[in-house]
Amino acid sequence: MRTKLASFAGKAVVVLLLGFILLPALVVAVVAFNQASLISFPPQELSLRWFVRALTYRDFQKGFYNSVIVMCATAVVSVVIGGTFAYVIDRYTFAGKKLLEAVLSSSLVIPYFTIGIGFLIFTSQIGLHRTYAVIVLTHVVLVLPFVLRSVYVSLRGLDQRLELAAAGLGASPWQVLVTITLPLMTPGLFAGVLFAAILSFNEFTASIFITAQGTQTLPVAMYNYVREYADPSMAALSVIFFVLTTVLLVLMNMSLGLGKVLAIVERE
Amino acid sequence: MVMTKRPFFIWFVTPAVVLALFYMFGLASVLELSFRKFIPGSLEVGEWTFSNLEYVARPLFRAVFTDTALICLLTAAFTLLVGYPIAYALVRTKSSALRAAILIIAVTPLFTGEITRTYSWLVVMGNAGFVNAVLMGLGLVSKPVQLMFTKFAVVVVLVHFTLPIMIIILATALSQIDPAYEKAAQSLGAGPVRSFATVTLPLSGPGLIAGITTCFAWTFSAFATPQLIGGGQVNMIGNLVYQVGIASFNFPVAAVLSLAGVLFTMVLVGLMRLALSPLERIPTR
Repeated sequence: MRTKLASFAGKAVVVLLLGFILLPALVVAVVAFNQASLISFPPQELSLRWFVRALTYRDFQKGFYNSVIVMCATAVVSVVIGGTFAYVIDRYTFAGKKLLEAVLSSSLVIPYFTIGIGFLIFTSQIGLHRTYAVIVLTHVVLVLPFVLRSVYVSLRGLDQRLELAAAGLGASPWQVLVTITLPLMTPGLFAGVLFAAILSFNEFTASIFITAQGTQTLPVAMYNYVREYADPSMAALSVIFFVLTTVLLVLMNMSLGLGKVLAIVERE
Repeated sequence: MVMTKRPFFIWFVTPAVVLALFYMFGLASVLELSFRKFIPGSLEVGEWTFSNLEYVARPLFRAVFTDTALICLLTAAFTLLVGYPIAYALVRTKSSALRAAILIIAVTPLFTGEITRTYSWLVVMGNAGFVNAVLMGLGLVSKPVQLMFTKFAVVVVLVHFTLPIMIIILATALSQIDPAYEKAAQSLGAGPVRSFATVTLPLSGPGLIAGITTCFAWTFSAFATPQLIGGGQVNMIGNLVYQVGIASFNFPVAAVLSLAGVLFTMVLVGLMRLALSPLERIPTR
């Protein structure tokens, strides 16, 4: 009896807490589909006008365009750097390995605004001031710990005897890498690309320091919008963000197992 | 032959080294600028100086530092309370579909970005927002409760913000505890609550420490949340750095503040580790 009661109470608590996590997303969806031009409850009339407005607003379009450019570049660059470096961590020992690993994972604990302002200052000194390159560079630093982890997980699980067998049959190191190792790393690389893409597309705190009017990413444009206007266009955009992110996470969960990849923060 | 033993070493390590160098240069320029003189109205900086350091000690800035520490502490503590049951459910749920659902709900906020989430909370907690509509609809209050621009609201949103990190860390720690221990305690007559409190909870000690300290450091980065939810009434270090750096172009002082922010987090996290270290001394297998 006591066991049952405790187990039921436990479940109720978990459901309530999950409700707390979902609450803002649900509430914002209600607002987004509501006709009224000010946020109001309960909703009166169903309408898609805020989605139309959000999708046709010039700053959002430009922000979206910038975000996509930055996201693609960040995903490619970070998966190249993360992929090669994860391979190095897994296979080689060398002086300074721990240090290099610590440096490239440190963005998990250093405030993003510190990193943002650091890159702002540094890049203006070397004449790259507020270009796409700076945003991509910063985003790569921020997403790399996540990419590293996902590639590393798939390398750990790789049976190295397959590589030895290929080498024993006369394959050159290059051939082994391209025909054996790389295909086996695919799930990790895929998860890495998704991580990088999602995090880059949503990044705000460092971006606000390093973007200019012409290069502002979508989250920065959204921030500027919230400060100016109170209509539910932002709600519509938020719904799109929530849905896209959830879909991508479900995909990632199916490809590699989200739980395995996310063990990342454990080492802090 | 060295070449065949490490065929790709140089090619594969170079990109990482180059990125690390760029990153270090970025952080180093924060350090450098901290000791440069600010020339009003100019983006150029002057000669070396220590005078920026005294900004950190000004009452206004000191107040923001203490507020930030308080908000981070409260956030870490409440995140632990909310995150623990979810992490526990995540690890102990038997159905894998249910587990996947809990995991995805739990981590989605980590990936939807600070702006989207903060805006959503604005809609929940604003004067014409969801909470007030419910309260007034039920006749519990006659006029909207002021939730926005309070530390309470900022902490609620930050708890939501750090929850995924806490859940991931706790679930990792909990998944390493063999459920057989709990079963053993129960077969010896302990109720579910007692077996949890005397067996599982102490065994998850290292996870608790890692969770609290990481969430603390993570909250330190908050910018959009205090900016939009706090609306200038509640300021954290990130807001101060932005105001000083971007709004008044005083990069040297912004640099000092963010440097102080990094050191401040490190010291506080270190102290917290020390204070929580008894939790680490638990009987292991």
